[in-house]
Amino acid sequence: MTRKQRRLVIIGGSLAVLGVAAALVLSAMRDSIVFFSTPKMVAERHIPPGRRFRLGGLVQPGSLVRGDDLKVTFEVSDGSTELPVSYRGILPDLFREGQGVVAEGALDASGVFRADTVLAKHDENYMPKDVADALKKQGHWKDEYGAASKSNNAAAANAASAGKEAIR
Amino acid sequence: MIAESGHYALVLAFGLALIQSTVPILGARWRDVALMNVARSTAVAQLLFVAASFAALVTLHVSSDFSVVNVVENSHSMKPLIYKITGVWGNHEGSMLLWVSILALFGGLVAMFGNNLPISLRAHVLAVQAWIASAFYLFILMTSNPFLRIANPPMEGQDLNPVLQDIGLAVHPPMLYLGYVGFSISFSFAIAALIEGRIDAAWARWVRPWTLVAWIFLTLGIAMGSYWAYYELGWGGWWFWDPVENASLMPWLAGTALLHSLVVMEKRNALKVWTILLSILAFSLSLLGTFLVRSGVLTSVHAFANDPRRGIFILLILCLFIGGSLSLYAFRASSLKQGGLFAPISREGALVLNNLLLTTACATVFIGTLYPLALEVMTGEKISVGAPFFNLTFGPLFVPLLIALPFGPMLAWKRGDLLGAAQRLMAAGVAALIALALVWAWTFGGSTLAPLAIGLAVFVIVGALIDIAERIGLFRLPLGVAAGRARGLPRSAWGTMFAHAGVGIALIGIVCETSWNSENIRTMRAGDVTSIAGYSLKLESLTPRQGPNYSEMAAKFDVLVDGRLIATMTPSKRNFTTRGATTTEAALLSRGASQLYISLGDIGTDGSVAVRIYHKPLVLLIWFGPVLMAFGGVLSLSDRRLRVGAPKPAKSYRGLQAAE
Repeated sequence: MTRKQRRLVIIGGSLAVLGVAAALVLSAMRDSIVFFSTPKMVAERHIPPGRRFRLGGLVQPGSLVRGDDLKVTFEVSDGSTELPVSYRGILPDLFREGQGVVAEGALDASGVFRADTVLAKHDENYMPKDVADALKKQGHWKDEYGAASKSNNAAAANAASAGKEAIR
Repeated sequence: MIAESGHYALVLAFGLALIQSTVPILGARWRDVALMNVARSTAVAQLLFVAASFAALVTLHVSSDFSVVNVVENSHSMKPLIYKITGVWGNHEGSMLLWVSILALFGGLVAMFGNNLPISLRAHVLAVQAWIASAFYLFILMTSNPFLRIANPPMEGQDLNPVLQDIGLAVHPPMLYLGYVGFSISFSFAIAALIEGRIDAAWARWVRPWTLVAWIFLTLGIAMGSYWAYYELGWGGWWFWDPVENASLMPWLAGTALLHSLVVMEKRNALKVWTILLSILAFSLSLLGTFLVRSGVLTSVHAFANDPRRGIFILLILCLFIGGSLSLYAFRASSLKQGGLFAPISREGALVLNNLLLTTACATVFIGTLYPLALEVMTGEKISVGAPFFNLTFGPLFVPLLIALPFGPMLAWKRGDLLGAAQRLMAAGVAALIALALVWAWTFGGSTLAPLAIGLAVFVIVGALIDIAERIGLFRLPLGVAAGRARGLPRSAWGTMFAHAGVGIALIGIVCETSWNSENIRTMRAGDVTSIAGYSLKLESLTPRQGPNYSEMAAKFDVLVDGRLIATMTPSKRNFTTRGATTTEAALLSRGASQLYISLGDIGTDGSVAVRIYHKPLVLLIWFGPVLMAFGGVLSLSDRRLRVGAPKPAKSYRGLQAAE
């Protein structure tokens, strides 16, 4: 093989790998990305049942009902619209009524959001960033929600990242 | 006084760094040895002053001096001593100080042990180190001063975030920083080579040990962080594809590629331009990681916009160094002479493939991490890119890498014999097929991918062993001769074996944990019994306990196998009074490499408690693999060829050296 041919093989191989990678990224982008919605956006966008998304908002005070076998139902609110959520499992340490929550799952046929993950994405004085942004956008933000969090970046991070962010 | 001295020492270090950034460069230009040697003394002095500054901050934390803002916000007088010390880097300001301290440490080490470096190269390297250091000193002094006093000192501090009060996190950040910042050395060498317009195999020999040191620490740091997340967060998850994790994975992937391309450069004087680029990329990704984590951009794009000083400052550093180094690269790379030729099927070719796949995998992680941020900034649309994305992109790129991995060391330099390598790997292939068949039969009807992945892992492990067996002539020569050869084999060859086998072992752990993990989530009362994977667990009692700065509810479980008590496990739920925060302390029971895992959920008023019980088969291999990889790295580092500060072969070893 000449020098030129060798170089061609290497360049061709590289392009092939990059092409495959690009195709993988694009197809994964289409199938595996999860959008974030608030209850109001859910109502406006008519998200079809079965399509996965992330729901964020505040846990409506007084809506939490614990059933048998670790079943729980609660409502997520963004100040104007509420959406019922059902979940089976253990809620995160910092799940409280009146506080921010992010749940991942899909709507069922009856319009209930069936969550398979409820994220502990905040500590006691922090609001998940998606929720805070959405509330601010819709004008339901109250300053005391974020008052405690601004003093300390570490406290403002989610439980998983808190540890990591503070230290890296 | 201590705070002011610490602050002053930091300012002096900044001043020294400014001298170190300019004088040696001028010295190199004017060929003035005295000026070039200024770099050595300033680098060592800089290290001393930063160390003094860091020691000052540690003293403030240990003595609970609540007149300093940083101590108030992150410490508490009741906190155990160890967490008072680790709390120093458990916050933004302190961790940045640790960052520059480690940077100065590496600079100081080059200055002290770089006797065999050409004097102008050393001057340039230390000057580039000082550019980075100056930028970060300025960042700390202007935006993140840890020594700020508070006007009205409170009586008590606000305590450290409870999830950080853990021994795993005591060691994790320094490890990770040693890795991150260690890549600054290869970066500085690359920039120095570009400035001098000269690069050769000797350059690779100098850079390689430093890169290896950084890589070892980064490997251990990532593994430790993953283990911490596993036991401390209480979900039993060990990797979340969280941007903060990806920020450390990207430099690791680039660094791994760099290690391999340095081998090609050292042995064959080829791939120079590419190696330089990788050195720049590895450190750029470390800087990017620092930006992602430190600027607050991950917590909220808005937090970044509201208090932009820190974020913008790091972004500027980022643009300056990445942009500057890549422009320099664009201008000067063509002046570097290309070296040795090689056929596509050869050791070099295999290492090129390794680099190609690793950097592409790194690029997919990069896209998955930054795309959501970019999208939110541009359109306001919020998306989350999670595990499914990375499994679909990162996974398929790693499969060919792992298939090709055992072939690499078997191929000869310049022109390899693929068929011969395949024949020698036949045994590994057979072992892989047997493993595949066994696992498939055992888990019949389950996942089809898992047995394939196990087969692949066995192929990698056995392939690594065969390579060593071939080299020492095991089974071919008498045992005594083989043992003699094994002793004579360079340690880097053993290092390769351990590192490569470690990859396979980690893969087995990952596959077993994700495919055959069982979980049992329920509410229990004292006296209840439940079972998982052949173990019976009886909730014996729920008792409140008091710790130094928390109170906790501990649940005692008896673990029984066939009615026989084998252990007790006590998971607990801690309530940290100062911050009012709750953490879950999981209980772990290791059985071989598998683990039982119990964490507590809500504790009801009626004496019932929600529990999560997991059985995680072979989960410990996930972290044992990286430890083995790091061990391989250490062996490789101890290879006399690479030993830092051992320029010439010792006389008694000359004969051996020639035989090698």
